[in-house]
Amino acid sequence: MSTEARKPPTQIALKIRRVLGGKTGWNGIAVQFVFAAVLGWIAYEIVSNARANLENQHIAAGFGFLRNNAGFDVNQTLISYTGSDTFLRVFVVGLLNTLVVSVVGIFFATVIGFIVALCRLSPNWLLSRIGELYVEIIRNLPLLFQILFWYLAVLAALPNPRQSISLFGLAFVSNRGLVIPRPIGESGFEAFVVVLALGIVASLALRVHARRALFQRGQVIRIWPYVLGLLFGLPLVTMLIFGLPFSFELPQLKGFNFAGGSRIIPEFVALTLALSTYTASFIAEIVRAGILSVHSGQMEAGSSLGLSRGTTLRLIVVPQAMRVIVPPLTNQYLNLTKNSSLAVAIGYPDLVSVFAGTSLSQTGQAIEIIAMTMGVYLLISLLTSAVMSVYGWRVSRSLGA
Amino acid sequence: MKRVTLALTLALAAGLSAQAADAQTLKTIKDRGMLACGVSQGLPGFSSPDDKGNWTGLDVDVCRAIAGAIFNDPTKVKYVPLSAKDRFTALQSGEVDVLSRNTTWTLSRDTSLGANFTGVTYYDGQGFMVKKSLKVNSALELNSASVCVQTGTTTEQNLADYFKANNMKYEVIAFGTNDETVKAYEAGRCDVFTTDQSGLYANRLKLANPGDHMVLPEIISKEPLGPMVRHGDDQWFDIVKWTLFAMITTEELGVTSKNVDEKAKQENPELKRVLGTDGNFGEQLGLTKDWVVRIVKAVGNYGEVFDRNVGAGSPLAINRGLNNLWNKGGLQYAPPIR
Repeated sequence: MSTEARKPPTQIALKIRRVLGGKTGWNGIAVQFVFAAVLGWIAYEIVSNARANLENQHIAAGFGFLRNNAGFDVNQTLISYTGSDTFLRVFVVGLLNTLVVSVVGIFFATVIGFIVALCRLSPNWLLSRIGELYVEIIRNLPLLFQILFWYLAVLAALPNPRQSISLFGLAFVSNRGLVIPRPIGESGFEAFVVVLALGIVASLALRVHARRALFQRGQVIRIWPYVLGLLFGLPLVTMLIFGLPFSFELPQLKGFNFAGGSRIIPEFVALTLALSTYTASFIAEIVRAGILSVHSGQMEAGSSLGLSRGTTLRLIVVPQAMRVIVPPLTNQYLNLTKNSSLAVAIGYPDLVSVFAGTSLSQTGQAIEIIAMTMGVYLLISLLTSAVMSVYGWRVSRSLGA
Repeated sequence: MKRVTLALTLALAAGLSAQAADAQTLKTIKDRGMLACGVSQGLPGFSSPDDKGNWTGLDVDVCRAIAGAIFNDPTKVKYVPLSAKDRFTALQSGEVDVLSRNTTWTLSRDTSLGANFTGVTYYDGQGFMVKKSLKVNSALELNSASVCVQTGTTTEQNLADYFKANNMKYEVIAFGTNDETVKAYEAGRCDVFTTDQSGLYANRLKLANPGDHMVLPEIISKEPLGPMVRHGDDQWFDIVKWTLFAMITTEELGVTSKNVDEKAKQENPELKRVLGTDGNFGEQLGLTKDWVVRIVKAVGNYGEVFDRNVGAGSPLAINRGLNNLWNKGGLQYAPPIR
């Protein structure tokens, strides 16, 4: 019997990887540079060829159109906008509308998701069945269908503005949306804001101090009475000194619609409802998986230390579960943001609707506009992803993992 | 997603092809055996599929007339339904050979889209439709109204201009397709539905109770609707342009789908030129001598097409008005075929 060591077989894959620069060395780097240069050259050729061809066909090209007047109106604008503003401003208006629906949607999706997950995990039979039913129904119906359902169902159920439902004469609900009194800044406004900001900063500082005391000396400091005083008492005192920070402009029925007040349009409500309930059903399952991934011994250890069930969950189980939850949760946040582009079906003026839709057909510059829109979604997604990575990293670090 | 696909097709076509848009459209169509025609997603009277899936309408008949002139068979058309937003990209990217989709002729569309309008098939203007229960009699009473509109149209811009010029406030809700817009109007999301007046009459037929809605008298814009072709192929541009002129000319000469064979035998020099028994005008276009006969046999003259689809012979019952011949008080006028 031979004891000679067997030679490893030649690995073609390894060789190829080495040639492509898998192993550092001048050779590999040079190959990579050449590769990048070739890619860059191809991209340059495509772009310049496209420009030449578009010019030949007299199709307008370039980004000059962004300075032209848009000439159409948008029904929800977070910044001031009229038809005589530029396409660039339309872009910003659409982007902000996309962002606001995404942020609000993400907030509600997370809240609903956590609640449903806790329901499903609850020892209460009824609660856990309700949670299960929610998840199984909502996540198995197409999102576009849900958006249309909320929009048409909500619209159909609501009366026209002249018969709108009045909430104490202050707010009105009709098929034109929810009209609420609009705060208008008064003389005491600046002082109020400054004091409120101070209160928030001081509360945060208190919290940091309390946590340090808890973790370093094991000392429990009760901070909530001080926080309450800082956040509510102090601004109240300021109001007494400086006068009311703002008054309210009440909405009034005038002609067809309400004049004055602020308005939340039904398209926004329907889209937020559909996006957050839909995404929440996925988040619920992610959260449930995360919590189940923490060994049940942790819970028992908590109770043997004399911690209540809530405290154990908050201080021991959830931080460990977060490590499992954060990466797939990021995916859901990204999905929600991208799904918000279905808004065009119900006339919510998001980026895809006003920019990649209306502006595209007014200017006909499909390549530029679609490229900009795709770039924006890519950027939003990468930013969300980066923020969540940082959060995930902090969670892991605090666990000493 | 269709829009993204179209944009990518356009980007690839523009980026990769060495020489885009050769003067080859007619040859391409003949090789393919089909004319690709961009139409609306459903606008009764202009382009909409019937219960058997056959497309009918004024815009559809323009496609049928072109197919008739090329193939002597008006059925050789592939209809591509397009939303207002997608229509120009579909034409630019070569997905359709001609866009016959109630599209308003404007300067910027003529110059910056890489496409040309070939003529006016229907002189229209923008109007407003409201519920009768609102008791509104004029568009000037629409201050603070909510208006439903289809996105990506000249309508959207005219609307902004009109309300601004008359110092009125309004709220606009823009939808992707015509059907979504009508549905939202019917659900009460808005007080007013606005589009070209012909479109208002056509869409009113789609509502549950057409009698509860009225079209206001004001026309706030000029909307000359016509077919479009890509830049860079003058022969194809001429064919589409002269197909419409042939339809108008035959109405002027009293040639109809029923009497065209008799008329072709008459010893009238103009009739002989137009109907191809004298001269070779069709061949100059790249078609056959009897191209006008083929067109008239396929769809009839302009008057027949109008009556059948939007005029007296249709549920829309729109008056000829501006769309009458120039010598009968309208604007339809064709340069001579000679």
